[in-house]
Amino acid sequence: MMEIGLNHYLVLSTILFCIGLIGVMRRKNLLLLFFATEILLNSVNIAFAAISHYYGDLTGQMFAFFVIAIAASEVAVGLGLLIVWHKRHGNIDLDSLATMKG
Amino acid sequence: MEKYLYIALFAPLVSSLFAALFTATPKKTFVGVIASTLIFIAFASSFILLTYILDDGAPVHVEMMTWMATGNLYIPFGFVVDQVSVTMMMVVTLVSTVVHIYSVGYMDHDKGFNRFFSYLSAFVFSMMILVMSDNFAGLFIGWEGVGLCSWLLIGFWYHKESATWAANEAFIMNRIADLGMLIGIFLVYWNTGSLQYDIAFPAMASLDTATLTWMGIFLFVGAMGKSAQFPLHTWLADAMEGPTPVSALIHAATMVTAGVYLVVRSNELYSLIPNVGLFIASLGAFVAIFAASMALVNRDMKRVIAYSTLSQLGYMFAAAGLGAYWVALFHLMAHAFFKALLFLGAGNVMHAMHDELDPFKMGGLKKPMKATYIMMTIASIALAGIFPLAGFFSKDLILEVAVIEHHYIIYSILLFTAGLTAFYSFRLTALIFEGDERYKLFGIDPHEAYKFMLIGMSPLLILAIIAGSFKMTYFEMVTQLLPATEYHMHNHFLYWVMTIGTQLFVAFAIVYAYKKYANSRVTVPDGTSKMENSFAYKLLINQYYIPFAYEKYLVKPYRELSTIFWKQIDQKVVDATVDGIAGVIYSTGEKTREMQSGNLSTMLKWMVAGTIAMLSLAVVFGLAVRHSDEILTILSGLGV
Amino acid sequence: MFEAIAFYLFAFLTTLMFFITVTTSQALYALTALAAGMIFISAFFFILGADFLGAIQIVVYSGAVMALYSFGMMFFDTTREVKEKNGNKYIVAGMSILAAILVVVIFAAPMLSENITAFYPLTEGVGNTQDVGMVLFTKYLVPFEVAAVMLLVAMIAGIVLAGKKMDLSLTLYSTAEIRDMKQDQEKKVLS
Repeated sequence: MMEIGLNHYLVLSTILFCIGLIGVMRRKNLLLLFFATEILLNSVNIAFAAISHYYGDLTGQMFAFFVIAIAASEVAVGLGLLIVWHKRHGNIDLDSLATMKG
Repeated sequence: MEKYLYIALFAPLVSSLFAALFTATPKKTFVGVIASTLIFIAFASSFILLTYILDDGAPVHVEMMTWMATGNLYIPFGFVVDQVSVTMMMVVTLVSTVVHIYSVGYMDHDKGFNRFFSYLSAFVFSMMILVMSDNFAGLFIGWEGVGLCSWLLIGFWYHKESATWAANEAFIMNRIADLGMLIGIFLVYWNTGSLQYDIAFPAMASLDTATLTWMGIFLFVGAMGKSAQFPLHTWLADAMEGPTPVSALIHAATMVTAGVYLVVRSNELYSLIPNVGLFIASLGAFVAIFAASMALVNRDMKRVIAYSTLSQLGYMFAAAGLGAYWVALFHLMAHAFFKALLFLGAGNVMHAMHDELDPFKMGGLKKPMKATYIMMTIASIALAGIFPLAGFFSKDLILEVAVIEHHYIIYSILLFTAGLTAFYSFRLTALIFEGDERYKLFGIDPHEAYKFMLIGMSPLLILAIIAGSFKMTYFEMVTQLLPATEYHMHNHFLYWVMTIGTQLFVAFAIVYAYKKYANSRVTVPDGTSKMENSFAYKLLINQYYIPFAYEKYLVKPYRELSTIFWKQIDQKVVDATVDGIAGVIYSTGEKTREMQSGNLSTMLKWMVAGTIAMLSLAVVFGLAVRHSDEILTILSGLGV
Repeated sequence: MFEAIAFYLFAFLTTLMFFITVTTSQALYALTALAAGMIFISAFFFILGADFLGAIQIVVYSGAVMALYSFGMMFFDTTREVKEKNGNKYIVAGMSILAAILVVVIFAAPMLSENITAFYPLTEGVGNTQDVGMVLFTKYLVPFEVAAVMLLVAMIAGIVLAGKKMDLSLTLYSTAEIRDMKQDQEKKVLS
């Protein structure tokens, strides 16, 4: 077993970030798209916390803290908008969301 | 004295600008009157300057302002009134005044009356710049200015296709010659370091002959275009498309003499290269007989007079080429008077005959047009060189010069041409004024020109008669600047034989012409007579087929070449490239527009792609920063 | 050693859970997997000694956010299978892998240099919560207050967006009065 260093945590964070990216690019249902966004935010949190731990600096934890707060409010607003869209169109499929066609 | 210089120079400009205010309005007589008055003021100033110079005054030299002062090049707007330029100024302003007064009557019914005076005065202004300038650059400005104004005036009736064509021909031929002149001016500057006459000419004495020869040749090429020497002569005859006062002013007295003026002004240069001078003289003699031969059969009244001008220009160049510069200038002066008179008289005839130009369709006009008849006959006598009119003193002097300088071929050519000149001049007057009244067949009712026009022409008439008496005064004045060779034949007997022989020869030609054309047997030729179908006649009436050759071998290939350049190169290459660039940008925009499909998923994918791009850039730059020293050594090794 | 075992165990679990979240076609499975992933991430925080953060993670994420998502799912009736028309999966996978490599490279670079100093160093002797409190309420006070305002705004936005017609004030009128007013409205509509 290797000694767990900062690099391990960063690689883990990157893997999770990429999983989140896959989800963002792949998902066509808006709700599930939000799920993938949550994954992105969480992976970043892990990275922040890891750096904070290995450098003895509390800045990372502070940042992670605020990220959580922002994620929570984002979920609230996002779901509210989603509800309004659903009332208007009856479905939340991404491909039908093409009103901003250039 | 300087104020007279400026008045003489700028009065025509004021006249031109004043008339230009009225170009869009219908004819207003006062425009012509004021223009003529201003030109007369210029004439008066020139006359005052003449008297001043005759009183052994020093040349008036002013520098109005600096034009270019860059590095070693210094060109001012400078003007000089010395003996040569004051002679030219007198000629120009006098003939211009007469022509302006004449035009008030001639252009009476023309819609472009005001515009005509604007152009005419602009021409006078350019000519004044040309003769008064004290450096080659100012000369060139005047040169181009008279070219431009002659284009405007020849093509004055621009609705006529033939007039615009003639104007373009004149301008383009002048431009071709101007290239030579520019090269000559460049050579002058390059070798002497200055374009001022008083600096450049003394400096030329120390240059080698080859340079001087090239200089002289190129400057003469410019003179060839302006003075219509062979092969750039076709424009002069076609320039008769313009109104007759234009022909009188430009193509008799002023613009075509600019070439002679250039050679006379550059006499210090041409004295150093006598070989070029001989070439000029030979060319002049050739042109003299060449033009005279074409005038023998021509059926266009103004063309005959134009060929006569061309012939006399040949005489002037022959004199200048042989080193007799003051003689050339003297002939220029005398010729201006009687040739302008001839043209103006022809204008009267044209007006009376409702713009008919064929003298065979006239005849017997001496009854209704007595004054014009007298004037044209006297002018023709002067042109033929009969003693004691002006032409005798100048033309015979040129013949003397040829003999004294031992150029007997040139002498015989010029002598023969004198006979031809007399013949065709009196052929013209006989056909127009003597014989039966053939014009009655065509239902024309001629009347004399306005009285004021005739009065305006009278100074020219007087001068054509008495100008010979000025010879000695003129000689003393002008030889302070020009080489003062007196041409006296040592053998007095030979001199009298030559002179009287010339007079008899000329008189015989006049009598022959009268016998042939001033009788009742003259009819309008209709292309069936034996003479009309002879080879010589066809050759001469088609101007030796030179215009035809130019059109076929020069103009047509060039037009084809231009079309190729236009269609193949300009349209297919240049336009295609520019349009292609625009097309590429446009299609790029079209394609990238599809990126904005409105589909959130696609946009998210693009977002990730952009993030990857920026991350790669960050990695690359980070690596570059980290290893910057090694990168620098590699690049310097490659020689960047 | 325990740390290593814990790390690898939780790493594997977290990755698995999140992978299920992004690939499954059943919305309910995705939601459940996401919730599980959140819990496992909080385990990481505890391993790293960020106790406060771990607790916050559980409470906020696994509690509040997941509850919100559950309500959302209920509302949109996505318990059924989600039909998705997917594009080219190779582009998706390729780009993700590329991004992963790049990010790792970028992260690895500063680690090779050793000159990173701490801004807010850990205080010895106090527990993590106390430490966080000390920094949060002194150095990060303004962001803290702004975050509070932001949460308030988000809450109001959520209520406004999702709520039904709220033209009658629920606090100023009693329940009986509201019932009467509603009946009047219905009469007007029907008549």
